[in-house]
Formats: sequence, structure tokens, C-alpha cells
Amino acid sequence: MLPPAPALVTTAGGFLLVLSIVVPVAGVLLAFVLGERYVRQVASTVVPVGLAIAFAVLVLLPRSDGHLVYLLGAWPPPLGVALRADGLSAVMLATTAVVICAVAIFAATDFRPQSVEARAPFAFWILLLAIWGALNTIFIAGDLFTLYVALELLTFAAVPLVSLDGRAETLRAALRYLLFALLGSVLYLMGTALLYGLYGTLDIALLSHRVNADSGVLIAAALMTTGLLAKTALFPLHLWLPPAHAGAPAAASAILSALVVKGSFFILVRLWFDVMPGLPGLAAAQLLAALGAGAILFGSVVALRQERLKLLIAYSTLAQIGYLFLMFPLAFGASGKLESDQALAGGLLQAVSHATAKAAMFMAVGSIYAGLGHDRITGLCGVARALPLSVLAFAIGGIALMGVQPSGASFAKELLLQETARTGQWWWAIVLQAGGMFTTAYVVLVLSHALAPSDQPIVLVGPAPLSRDLAALVLALCSLFLGLLPWDSYLPAPSDAASKLFGIDALSKLLLPVLGGAALAILLSPWPHPLGSSAAWKALMRVVGPLRRGCLRFGSLIERGDEVLRQWSAAGISLLLVSLLLAASMLAAN
Amino acid sequence: MSAVTVFGLCAAAAVGLGLYGLIANPQPLRKIIAFNLLGSGVFLMFGIVGRRGAAAGFGNDPVPQALVITGVVVAFSATALAIALLLRLFQIAGSTTLNSRAAASARSDPSGH
Repeated sequence: MLPPAPALVTTAGGFLLVLSIVVPVAGVLLAFVLGERYVRQVASTVVPVGLAIAFAVLVLLPRSDGHLVYLLGAWPPPLGVALRADGLSAVMLATTAVVICAVAIFAATDFRPQSVEARAPFAFWILLLAIWGALNTIFIAGDLFTLYVALELLTFAAVPLVSLDGRAETLRAALRYLLFALLGSVLYLMGTALLYGLYGTLDIALLSHRVNADSGVLIAAALMTTGLLAKTALFPLHLWLPPAHAGAPAAASAILSALVVKGSFFILVRLWFDVMPGLPGLAAAQLLAALGAGAILFGSVVALRQERLKLLIAYSTLAQIGYLFLMFPLAFGASGKLESDQALAGGLLQAVSHATAKAAMFMAVGSIYAGLGHDRITGLCGVARALPLSVLAFAIGGIALMGVQPSGASFAKELLLQETARTGQWWWAIVLQAGGMFTTAYVVLVLSHALAPSDQPIVLVGPAPLSRDLAALVLALCSLFLGLLPWDSYLPAPSDAASKLFGIDALSKLLLPVLGGAALAILLSPWPHPLGSSAAWKALMRVVGPLRRGCLRFGSLIERGDEVLRQWSAAGISLLLVSLLLAASMLAAN
Repeated sequence: MSAVTVFGLCAAAAVGLGLYGLIANPQPLRKIIAFNLLGSGVFLMFGIVGRRGAAAGFGNDPVPQALVITGVVVAFSATALAIALLLRLFQIAGSTTLNSRAAASARSDPSGH
């Protein structure tokens, strides 16, 4: 049975939800009015205020029964529009605020006026605030059409960030991103039109009580899901992600990778768990997770073959997006009904820890790029001595992401693994473990190059301000200690799970991915290691040489497959196929 | 055939043509136009949905009309942003292809196609 509809009245503290949208948007408008000279002052005022609002929501939420509601103009839905925050929204609001704050500190030295191209700093600060406003709207919007508008605002703010430096290559990446995202949002809008036609409302709470397994609803669900997948860049709809995320300036990449893809993912979670709880069925959920598994395989293998560090991290984002989708089938019980919220908690936690860790990693790579003047993996030798803090931030972010206790990723993995055992879907447990190993593989690969000694001293071409490295480091540490936070008041996670993160069996859980990851890094990376001439390495190669050649051939095959899938027409056909398969599996299940 | 069915079929045709153009056409400008056609199909669908309210004594349900107006504004801004990016790309690279490999060979071609 569904819980009764939450009371449609404005709760105490509901105005905070309005403020969380109004403050960043006001910042954008004010920056336009005051012009380029004051844009930094505006941003440095808005960012702390926004952070305070997010934490006020976090504090207030448990005191008001886990729900904050604000009715705009006091009109109740279906006529009016409601803003609602629950535990998921509060967690995402806080994550966004923390990441934006860290990126703002990182970018403060980068985007001084007159430091780069004249307009770029102005545009960056305005777009940063615009993305924040759009994301906050997504997290607290109470109806599907507001979500559509917020989703479009998010895209419009994210696309110019990609082409901030104005090179032809990044303009092309931005245009590809925009056009594919528009295709996705039109599909979403089409689903919205169908739902309105069937039930006469778009309010999430009202819809969740009215929907039944009608064929129209299922087609709408398939269309909306496909559109959101295109915006989230789930494999095989990822054609825009690697060039867009790798070409943007470091601070922009951090925002794009950490937060922007989470916006559409969050709407997808709302759709599957709140608008039509469990209605799409187990078969469609299995399809989503299968695409996620494909993303892990393609993203990780191609990441290990990249020569440039930023592209490696962009492809790792692709793999991590796939990881997020593994929660969908685990939330369904054996009867095909939506049973467990624990998988949802695991997925959301994974999203939060990826947001913090990946932003930290992109910022650390930005520092390394600024210091060395390049980001080729084979040219990283000795960088740990020249830029110790940047490498430390990268390492801690990577360690948090690969699921070392007590990071958020390890807690999320623990929750999801418990669910695989409970629902008997052992194959997703294998994918979860493999995902952890692949993450370890590319982190180990980069660190083994960065920590290797160098013959000649490294000459730094750019300054390395301390504040940039500290911002990345703090964010990475946040991700590493996420597992210790009291999640149970916001997410449906058991409170005693965090205490299981330590102990003897935790050690075995740590060793398995680390050893597997190191093996994968040796087998799949084509780059010569600086220690490659040592005797131990040669002895190792004599043993695993044939296996490694086979793996490298497999890797180049995957890379070629990825290139084909990133063609526009191939991606378009995959989009149609995914929507057809989703619709077919949903219709078959009901 | 009732008016609603005719409009429904028109919406379906516009959506289908737009989808085809967006996926199959290599030129970005045609993709942008195809996106607008696709959007028009969806807006027409909202218009049909608005006929629901007719039974309640209204001539039309006003909510879908409000949604369509918002949708048109969003589609307009999307088109403007895409055209701006496209113009800038043409100014800098001299061609408007989205394929980076074709762009590398197009640079030697002065006609810029």
C-alpha cells in the first residue's frame, strides 16, 4: 500500500526551498547588472549564503517529519505548483552546495578577470550560479513540468561551460552535447504530455496515487526514461560526454562530471521510485542495469587506454554513471514489486560519493595540467615530488572512489551487495565487484606513473596556488569519510551498517579490488611503465606476456566499438532501440 | 475521422520526421531545424491533450496551453543557443561539421564544406 498523500500545505521552513532557488538566480541577475568588475564579489557572497541554506534544510528536515513543502502562491496542486524536499533532496542539495563551494575556491585563482580570455571569467561565474539554481530546482521540484524546465536550464548553463575557452574543438563538443541533450529533453516532454493527457495532473504526489499499469503510462515511462538516459550519458548514449568533459577547463569539468549528470539521474530516480513506484517492472530495471554494466566495461577499458589524464577521468565518469544504474533491479523484490529502499539509499550514496570524489580528481588534474603544461600519463614521472598536494588529492579521491573503508563508495557498495544477496541476483554482485576493480585499475595506473621517480627534475610552467590544492584535498577527504556520517535520518539506510565497515572481513574486501585492479591495470594499459626496464617487470612479462597481448587486443577492439557507438547515427539508432526495448519490457511485465 | 484524430496523426508525423532528421542529417543546421519540427509535434500533442477539459464545460483545458507557451520559450532559447554556437564554430573553424575527423581534413578545403 502507498502511504497517504502528504498534506498539501506549506510547512514551517518551506521558504528555505524558495530561497535555495532564488538566491543563485538573483546572483546571476545581479552579476549581469553589476557587470564584469563585480562578478567575483557577487559569487563570493552568493556561495556561502547558498551553502548556509542547504545546511539549514538539512537541519530542519528531520524536525518536520522528513518533508518540507512550499506551495507557490498558496495554490494547492493540481492547480498550483508545489516545491517539496525529502531526504533525497536534502542530501543532494547539501552535496551540490559543498561541491560548488569547493569549485568556487578552486576557480578563484583561475578565473580572475583579465587572466584568461576577457569574457571567460565573467561567463564562468554566471554559469556556475545558473547551474546551481537549476540543480536546486531539480532537487526540490514537485511536478514533472517544473522538472522539465529545470532540466533545460541545467543544459543551457552546462553547454557554454564546455566551450568556455572558445576553441573549435570544444565548440564542436558543446554543439554535440546541446543537440543530443535536446533530443533527450523532447522525449521527456513527450512523456509528460502523455501523462497529463491520462491523469490531468503533473504533480508527483498526486500522480503516484493515480497511476496504474496503463499502456499509455508505460509508453510515457519508456520515453521519459530514454530521454533522461540520453541526458545522463548512460552507455550507449554517451557520444557527447568524453569530448565535452575532457575539453572544458578543470573547474568546469569538475562541475559537469560531478553534478550536471546527477541532475537527470535524480529525475530518473524520482520517476521510477516516486511518480510510478515499481510500475516499470523488473525486466526494464534489468535492462537499465545491463546498460550500466556495459558502461562499466566500455568506460573502464577505454579509460585505461587513454593517453591524456583528463580523457581518462572523463571515461571513468562514464563507467561510474553505469555503476549508478545497478541499483534499479536490486530495488525490486522476487515478486517484481518495488520492495527495498536500501538499494535506493545505496545508489544515492554512490552518486554523492562520486560527485565529491570526481570533482576532487578533476580539480587535482587541473592543477597538474597547469603545473606541467600537459597531462600525458606517460609524462607524469616525478610529478608527486613537484606537486605533492595535487597528487595527494587525486590519490585520496581515487581511493574514496574505489571503495576503501570508510568512504561513501564502500558504504554504498556494501548496501548494494546486501541487496544482491537478499534478492538472489548474484550476477549484479559480480558486476559490482568488477566495477570496483576497474576503478582501482585506473587509479593505480595513474598513481604508478605519478609516483615513479624521474631522472631529470620537473620544470613547472605555471604557478601552483595552495588554495587550489587545498580545495581539491578537502573535497577528496569529504568523500573518504562520507561512510561515517549519520545517513539514516535522510536515506533509508540501516544505521548499524557503518560500524561493519571495519574489522577483519573488511580487510579482505579491501584486498580483493586492489589486487584485481592492479592486475587489470597491468593487463589492459598499453603505456610503457617507467619501471618497465627493471628485472622484476621483465620476469613478470615473461609469465603474463601472451595474456597481456590478448587483453590489449581485446581493449583495442572495445575502443574501436566505442568509436563506432559515438558516431551520431549509431547513437541515434541506439536511442531508438533503447526506447523500444524499454517500452517492450515494461508492456510485457504488466 | 474526428478533428482530434487528424491532429494526433499530424503530431505523430511531425515527431517522426523531426526524429528522422535529427538522427540522419549530418549538418548541424538541419539538425536544429529538425529539433524544432520534433518540438512542434510535441506541442501539437499538448494541444490535443488540452481538449480533455472540454467536457467540464470549458472550451479547452488551459493548463496544457500554459505548458506549451513555456515549452515554446524553452525551444526558442535552445534554438538561439544552438545557432549562436554554430555561428561561432563557423567563424573559428570555417566549417560546421560536427565530426572532428572530417573537420581536420576540411581545413585544407577553402570552400569549407
